[in-house]
Amino acid sequence: MYEKENEKSIGKNSREEFRLIEVKEDILADNKSEAQNLRNRLKQAGTYLLNLMSSPGSGKTSLILQLVENLQGDLKTGVIEADIDSSVDTERLTGAGIKALQLRTGGLCHIDAVMAARGLEALEAELLDLAIIENIGNLVCPAEFDTGAFKNAVILSVTEGDDKPRKYPLVFSICDLVLINKTDLLDYTDFELPRFKENLFKVNPGVECFEVSARTGQGIQEWSSWIKKEVWDFQQGKAQ
Amino acid sequence: MHELPVVKNLVEIVLQHAEMNRAERVVSITLEIGELSDLEDEWMQKYFNFVSRGTVAEEAELVIHRCPVVVQCSECNRRFEVSLEELPPDKCPACSNCEKFNVVKGKEFYIREMKVI
Repeated sequence: MYEKENEKSIGKNSREEFRLIEVKEDILADNKSEAQNLRNRLKQAGTYLLNLMSSPGSGKTSLILQLVENLQGDLKTGVIEADIDSSVDTERLTGAGIKALQLRTGGLCHIDAVMAARGLEALEAELLDLAIIENIGNLVCPAEFDTGAFKNAVILSVTEGDDKPRKYPLVFSICDLVLINKTDLLDYTDFELPRFKENLFKVNPGVECFEVSARTGQGIQEWSSWIKKEVWDFQQGKAQ
Repeated sequence: MHELPVVKNLVEIVLQHAEMNRAERVVSITLEIGELSDLEDEWMQKYFNFVSRGTVAEEAELVIHRCPVVVQCSECNRRFEVSLEELPPDKCPACSNCEKFNVVKGKEFYIREMKVI
Protein backbone atom coordinates (compact mmCIF):
# COMPACT_ATOMS: atom_id res chain seq x y z
CA MET A 1 0.00 0.00 0.00
CA TYR A 2 2.72 2.39 1.02
CA GLU A 3 4.76 1.49 -2.05
CA LYS A 4 1.84 2.05 -4.35
CA GLU A 5 1.16 5.49 -2.98
CA ASN A 6 4.81 6.37 -3.23
CA GLU A 7 4.98 5.30 -6.86
CA LYS A 8 1.88 7.25 -7.63
CA SER A 9 3.19 10.40 -6.07
CA ILE A 10 6.51 10.13 -7.91
CA GLY A 11 4.57 9.65 -11.13
CA LYS A 12 2.35 12.58 -10.44
CA ASN A 13 5.20 14.88 -9.48
CA SER A 14 7.21 13.88 -12.51
CA ARG A 15 4.27 14.49 -14.80
CA GLU A 16 3.74 17.89 -13.32
CA GLU A 17 7.37 18.78 -13.70
CA PHE A 18 7.68 17.60 -17.29
CA ARG A 19 7.76 20.26 -19.91
CA LEU A 20 7.40 19.63 -23.59
CA ILE A 21 9.67 21.74 -25.76
CA GLU A 22 8.96 22.06 -29.46
CA VAL A 23 12.26 21.81 -31.27
CA LYS A 24 11.34 21.37 -34.94
CA GLU A 25 14.91 21.39 -36.12
CA ASP A 26 16.59 19.51 -38.91
CA ILE A 27 19.42 17.38 -37.52
CA LEU A 28 21.36 17.89 -40.74
CA ALA A 29 20.65 21.63 -40.97
CA ASP A 30 24.28 22.47 -40.19
CA ASN A 31 25.54 20.38 -43.06
CA LYS A 32 22.89 21.74 -45.41
CA SER A 33 23.86 25.33 -44.67
CA GLU A 34 27.57 24.51 -45.00
CA ALA A 35 26.79 22.93 -48.36
CA GLN A 36 24.89 26.03 -49.47
CA ASN A 37 27.75 28.29 -48.35
CA LEU A 38 30.17 26.16 -50.31
CA ARG A 39 27.95 26.33 -53.42
CA ASN A 40 27.84 30.11 -53.12
CA ARG A 41 31.62 30.34 -52.86
CA LEU A 42 32.07 27.99 -55.82
CA LYS A 43 29.62 30.03 -57.87
CA GLN A 44 31.71 33.14 -57.19
CA ALA A 45 34.85 31.31 -58.24
CA GLY A 46 33.22 29.72 -61.29
CA THR A 47 34.15 26.21 -60.16
CA TYR A 48 31.63 23.48 -60.89
CA LEU A 49 31.53 20.68 -58.31
CA LEU A 50 30.38 17.17 -59.18
CA ASN A 51 29.86 14.48 -56.54
CA LEU A 52 30.49 10.95 -57.79
CA MET A 53 29.05 8.05 -55.80
CA SER A 54 29.09 4.29 -56.31
CA SER A 55 29.83 0.99 -54.64
CA PRO A 56 33.47 -0.15 -54.34
CA GLY A 57 34.95 -1.45 -57.56
CA SER A 58 32.38 0.04 -59.93
CA GLY A 59 35.10 1.94 -61.77
CA LYS A 60 34.99 5.47 -60.34
CA THR A 61 38.71 6.13 -60.62
CA SER A 62 39.02 4.53 -64.07
CA LEU A 63 36.15 6.61 -65.40
CA ILE A 64 37.59 9.78 -63.89
CA LEU A 65 40.93 9.04 -65.57
CA GLN A 66 39.20 8.68 -68.93
CA LEU A 67 37.04 11.74 -68.40
CA VAL A 68 39.84 14.09 -67.34
CA GLU A 69 41.96 12.97 -70.25
CA ASN A 70 39.06 13.78 -72.56
CA LEU A 71 38.54 17.21 -71.00
CA GLN A 72 42.15 18.25 -71.34
CA GLY A 73 42.48 21.59 -73.09
CA ASP A 74 38.81 22.39 -72.45
CA LEU A 75 38.39 22.33 -68.70
CA LYS A 76 40.86 22.67 -65.85
CA THR A 77 39.89 19.74 -63.67
CA GLY A 78 40.85 18.54 -60.19
CA VAL A 79 39.78 15.52 -58.16
CA ILE A 80 39.21 14.92 -54.48
CA GLU A 81 39.70 11.27 -53.68
CA ALA A 82 37.89 10.25 -50.53
CA ASP A 83 38.92 6.97 -49.01
CA ILE A 84 38.62 5.52 -45.58
CA ASP A 85 42.32 4.87 -45.34
CA SER A 86 44.52 4.63 -48.42
CA SER A 87 45.92 6.73 -51.21
CA VAL A 88 46.07 4.22 -54.08
CA ASP A 89 43.45 6.10 -56.12
CA THR A 90 45.26 9.42 -55.80
CA GLU A 91 48.50 7.77 -56.86
CA ARG A 92 46.76 6.48 -59.99
CA LEU A 93 45.47 9.94 -60.84
CA THR A 94 48.58 11.97 -60.04
CA GLY A 95 50.59 9.32 -61.89
CA ALA A 96 48.55 10.27 -64.96
CA GLY A 97 49.30 13.96 -64.40
CA ILE A 98 45.90 14.80 -62.93
CA LYS A 99 45.57 17.30 -60.10
CA ALA A 100 44.26 15.20 -57.23
CA LEU A 101 44.07 15.32 -53.48
CA GLN A 102 43.60 12.48 -51.04
CA LEU A 103 41.03 12.97 -48.32
CA ARG A 104 41.27 10.27 -45.68
CA THR A 105 38.07 10.03 -43.72
CA GLY A 106 39.55 7.79 -41.05
CA GLY A 107 36.65 5.36 -40.93
CA LEU A 108 33.85 7.78 -41.74
CA CYS A 109 31.56 6.33 -44.41
CA HIS A 110 30.78 9.52 -46.34
CA ILE A 111 31.93 13.03 -47.18
CA ASP A 112 30.04 15.98 -45.74
CA ALA A 113 30.14 19.61 -46.83
CA VAL A 114 32.77 20.65 -44.28
CA MET A 115 35.15 17.94 -45.44
CA ALA A 116 34.46 18.78 -49.07
CA ALA A 117 35.20 22.46 -48.41
CA ARG A 118 38.46 21.58 -46.68
CA GLY A 119 39.50 19.35 -49.57
CA LEU A 120 38.61 21.95 -52.19
CA GLU A 121 40.64 24.59 -50.39
CA ALA A 122 43.70 22.34 -50.32
CA LEU A 123 43.15 21.54 -54.00
CA GLU A 124 42.98 25.29 -54.79
CA ALA A 125 39.69 24.59 -56.48
CA GLU A 126 39.02 28.28 -57.14
CA LEU A 127 41.53 28.00 -60.00
CA LEU A 128 39.64 25.11 -61.59
CA ASP A 129 36.65 24.88 -63.91
CA LEU A 130 35.62 21.49 -62.62
CA ALA A 131 36.20 19.72 -59.32
CA ILE A 132 35.10 16.13 -58.86
CA ILE A 133 34.58 14.44 -55.51
CA GLU A 134 35.12 10.72 -55.69
CA ASN A 135 33.02 9.83 -52.66
CA ILE A 136 33.57 6.78 -50.44
CA GLY A 137 32.62 3.55 -52.22
CA ASN A 138 29.21 2.98 -50.68
CA LEU A 139 25.66 3.35 -52.01
CA VAL A 140 24.11 4.10 -48.63
CA CYS A 141 25.70 6.79 -46.49
CA PRO A 142 26.97 9.32 -49.08
CA ALA A 143 23.37 9.69 -50.29
CA GLU A 144 22.31 11.31 -47.03
CA PHE A 145 24.88 14.10 -46.90
CA ASP A 146 24.88 17.14 -49.17
CA THR A 147 28.50 17.77 -50.20
CA GLY A 148 27.90 21.18 -51.73
CA ALA A 149 28.08 19.73 -55.25
CA PHE A 150 25.93 21.17 -58.04
CA LYS A 151 25.13 17.74 -59.41
CA ASN A 152 25.29 14.20 -58.06
CA ALA A 153 26.25 11.27 -60.24
CA VAL A 154 26.04 7.55 -59.52
CA ILE A 155 28.11 4.91 -61.28
CA LEU A 156 26.62 1.44 -61.44
CA SER A 157 28.59 -1.33 -63.10
CA VAL A 158 26.65 -4.06 -64.84
CA THR A 159 28.18 -6.79 -62.68
CA GLU A 160 26.34 -5.31 -59.68
CA GLY A 161 22.91 -6.21 -61.10
CA ASP A 162 19.99 -4.30 -62.57
CA ASP A 163 17.97 -4.39 -59.33
CA LYS A 164 20.10 -1.81 -57.49
CA PRO A 165 17.62 1.10 -57.74
CA ARG A 166 15.15 -1.13 -55.88
CA LYS A 167 17.69 -1.91 -53.17
CA TYR A 168 19.17 1.56 -52.77
CA PRO A 169 16.31 3.87 -53.69
CA LEU A 170 17.71 6.88 -51.83
CA VAL A 171 20.94 7.26 -53.77
CA PHE A 172 19.20 6.62 -57.10
CA SER A 173 16.43 9.10 -56.27
CA ILE A 174 18.75 12.00 -55.38
CA CYS A 175 21.16 11.76 -58.32
CA ASP A 176 21.09 13.78 -61.54
CA LEU A 177 23.15 11.40 -63.66
CA VAL A 178 23.71 7.65 -63.77
CA LEU A 179 26.65 6.08 -65.59
CA ILE A 180 26.17 2.40 -66.38
CA ASN A 181 29.75 1.17 -66.48
CA LYS A 182 31.47 -2.01 -67.71
CA THR A 183 29.00 -2.36 -70.59
CA ASP A 184 31.70 -4.44 -72.34
CA LEU A 185 30.81 -7.18 -69.83
CA LEU A 186 27.07 -7.14 -70.57
CA ASP A 187 27.16 -10.46 -72.42
CA TYR A 188 28.68 -12.17 -69.38
CA THR A 189 26.02 -11.01 -66.93
CA ASP A 190 22.26 -11.19 -66.44
CA PHE A 191 22.09 -7.41 -66.40
CA GLU A 192 19.29 -6.13 -68.61
CA LEU A 193 19.55 -2.47 -69.57
CA PRO A 194 15.79 -1.92 -70.11
CA ARG A 195 15.01 -3.50 -66.74
CA PHE A 196 17.62 -1.36 -65.01
CA LYS A 197 16.27 1.82 -66.60
CA GLU A 198 12.72 0.87 -65.68
CA ASN A 199 13.78 0.39 -62.05
CA LEU A 200 15.73 3.64 -62.14
CA PHE A 201 13.00 5.81 -63.69
CA LYS A 202 10.51 4.51 -61.14
CA VAL A 203 12.36 6.45 -58.45
CA ASN A 204 13.87 9.20 -60.60
CA PRO A 205 12.19 9.96 -63.92
CA GLY A 206 14.25 13.02 -64.77
CA VAL A 207 17.68 11.41 -64.38
CA GLU A 208 20.22 11.42 -67.24
CA CYS A 209 21.67 8.04 -68.10
CA PHE A 210 24.80 7.12 -70.09
CA GLU A 211 26.15 3.69 -70.97
CA VAL A 212 29.91 3.69 -70.62
CA SER A 213 32.92 1.44 -70.47
CA ALA A 214 36.14 2.67 -68.95
CA ARG A 215 37.84 -0.24 -70.64
CA THR A 216 36.72 0.27 -74.25
CA GLY A 217 36.07 4.00 -73.97
CA GLN A 218 32.41 3.61 -74.95
CA GLY A 219 30.27 6.57 -73.91
CA ILE A 220 33.17 8.61 -72.51
CA GLN A 221 32.77 11.18 -75.27
CA GLU A 222 29.08 11.57 -74.45
CA TRP A 223 29.79 11.95 -70.76
CA SER A 224 32.52 14.52 -71.45
CA SER A 225 30.15 16.53 -73.64
CA TRP A 226 27.53 16.47 -70.91
CA ILE A 227 30.06 17.74 -68.35
CA LYS A 228 31.37 20.45 -70.66
CA LYS A 229 27.89 21.76 -71.30
CA GLU A 230 27.10 21.65 -67.56
CA VAL A 231 30.26 23.59 -66.67
CA TRP A 232 29.93 26.17 -69.44
CA ASP A 233 26.25 26.80 -68.68
CA PHE A 234 27.16 27.13 -65.02
CA GLN A 235 29.98 29.56 -65.72
CA GLN A 236 27.69 31.68 -67.86
CA GLY A 237 25.22 31.74 -64.98
CA LYS A 238 22.61 29.72 -66.83
CA ALA A 239 22.32 26.93 -64.29
CA GLN A 240 21.20 27.10 -60.64
CA MET B 1 26.40 3.12 -40.61
CA HIS B 2 26.64 6.84 -40.14
CA GLU B 3 24.70 7.14 -36.90
CA LEU B 4 27.59 8.76 -35.02
CA PRO B 5 27.88 12.06 -36.96
CA VAL B 6 24.10 12.37 -37.01
CA VAL B 7 23.89 11.74 -33.25
CA LYS B 8 26.61 14.34 -32.59
CA ASN B 9 24.49 16.97 -34.37
CA LEU B 10 21.42 15.76 -32.52
CA VAL B 11 23.05 16.11 -29.09
CA GLU B 12 24.34 19.57 -29.99
CA ILE B 13 20.86 20.81 -30.93
CA VAL B 14 19.25 19.14 -27.89
CA LEU B 15 21.74 20.76 -25.52
CA GLN B 16 21.15 24.19 -27.08
CA HIS B 17 17.40 23.86 -26.55
CA ALA B 18 17.88 22.47 -23.05
CA GLU B 19 19.97 25.49 -22.13
CA MET B 20 17.56 27.99 -23.71
CA ASN B 21 14.73 26.43 -21.72
CA ARG B 22 16.78 26.06 -18.52
CA ALA B 23 16.10 22.36 -18.40
CA GLU B 24 17.70 20.36 -15.60
CA ARG B 25 17.30 17.08 -17.39
CA VAL B 26 16.14 15.84 -20.77
CA VAL B 27 13.83 12.87 -20.37
CA SER B 28 13.00 12.02 -23.96
CA ILE B 29 13.50 13.31 -27.48
CA THR B 30 11.05 12.69 -30.30
CA LEU B 31 12.60 12.32 -33.73
CA GLU B 32 11.10 12.08 -37.17
CA ILE B 33 13.24 10.02 -39.49
CA GLY B 34 12.33 9.15 -43.06
CA GLU B 35 11.89 5.50 -43.98
CA LEU B 36 14.53 5.89 -46.67
CA SER B 37 17.16 6.65 -44.07
CA ASP B 38 19.43 3.81 -43.16
CA LEU B 39 19.73 4.81 -39.49
CA GLU B 40 19.15 2.01 -37.01
CA ASP B 41 17.10 2.91 -33.93
CA GLU B 42 19.14 0.72 -31.63
CA TRP B 43 22.47 2.20 -32.72
CA MET B 44 21.09 5.72 -32.58
CA GLN B 45 20.27 5.16 -28.90
CA LYS B 46 23.63 3.53 -28.17
CA TYR B 47 25.59 6.34 -29.76
CA PHE B 48 23.32 8.87 -28.11
CA ASN B 49 24.05 7.39 -24.67
CA PHE B 50 27.75 7.61 -25.44
CA VAL B 51 27.81 11.15 -26.85
CA SER B 52 25.45 12.63 -24.24
CA ARG B 53 27.32 11.22 -21.25
CA GLY B 54 27.92 13.87 -18.59
CA THR B 55 25.34 16.29 -20.06
CA VAL B 56 21.75 17.10 -19.05
CA ALA B 57 20.62 14.84 -21.88
CA GLU B 58 22.36 11.80 -20.45
CA GLU B 59 20.03 8.80 -20.42
CA ALA B 60 17.30 10.54 -22.39
CA GLU B 61 15.17 8.15 -24.40
CA LEU B 62 14.99 8.55 -28.16
CA VAL B 63 11.45 8.15 -29.45
CA ILE B 64 11.81 7.56 -33.16
CA HIS B 65 8.89 8.05 -35.54
CA ARG B 66 9.44 6.80 -39.05
CA CYS B 67 7.99 9.03 -41.76
CA PRO B 68 6.61 7.07 -44.69
CA VAL B 69 7.96 7.38 -48.21
CA VAL B 70 5.75 9.49 -50.44
CA VAL B 71 6.15 9.45 -54.21
CA GLN B 72 4.60 11.69 -56.82
CA CYS B 73 3.40 10.38 -60.16
CA SER B 74 5.20 12.16 -63.00
CA GLU B 75 2.05 12.09 -65.15
CA CYS B 76 -0.89 13.12 -62.95
CA ASN B 77 1.15 14.57 -60.03
CA ARG B 78 -0.82 12.56 -57.51
CA ARG B 79 1.11 11.85 -54.32
CA PHE B 80 0.78 8.58 -52.47
CA GLU B 81 2.51 6.65 -49.70
CA VAL B 82 4.48 3.49 -50.42
CA SER B 83 6.05 1.05 -48.02
CA LEU B 84 9.74 0.24 -48.47
CA GLU B 85 8.77 -3.20 -49.79
CA GLU B 86 6.58 -1.61 -52.46
CA LEU B 87 9.27 0.82 -53.57
CA PRO B 88 9.45 1.49 -56.44
CA PRO B 89 5.71 1.14 -57.04
CA ASP B 90 4.49 -0.67 -60.16
CA LYS B 91 1.83 1.75 -61.30
CA CYS B 92 0.23 4.98 -60.18
CA PRO B 93 -3.07 4.15 -58.41
CA ALA B 94 -4.71 7.22 -59.97
CA CYS B 95 -3.74 7.28 -63.62
CA SER B 96 -2.65 3.61 -63.60
CA ASN B 97 -0.51 3.83 -66.72
CA CYS B 98 2.35 5.87 -65.34
CA GLU B 99 5.46 4.09 -64.14
CA LYS B 100 7.69 7.05 -63.29
CA PHE B 101 7.74 8.63 -59.86
CA ASN B 102 9.59 11.31 -57.93
CA VAL B 103 10.38 10.54 -54.30
CA VAL B 104 9.06 13.57 -52.42
CA LYS B 105 9.16 12.39 -48.79
CA GLY B 106 11.00 9.82 -46.73
CA LYS B 107 14.36 11.55 -46.25
CA GLU B 108 13.49 13.47 -43.05
CA PHE B 109 15.87 13.95 -40.12
CA TYR B 110 13.90 16.12 -37.72
CA ILE B 111 13.81 16.67 -33.99
CA ARG B 112 10.14 17.23 -33.31
CA GLU B 113 10.13 17.88 -29.57
CA MET B 114 11.72 16.97 -26.27
CA LYS B 115 10.43 16.31 -22.82
CA VAL B 116 12.45 17.99 -20.07
CA ILE B 117 12.38 18.58 -16.33
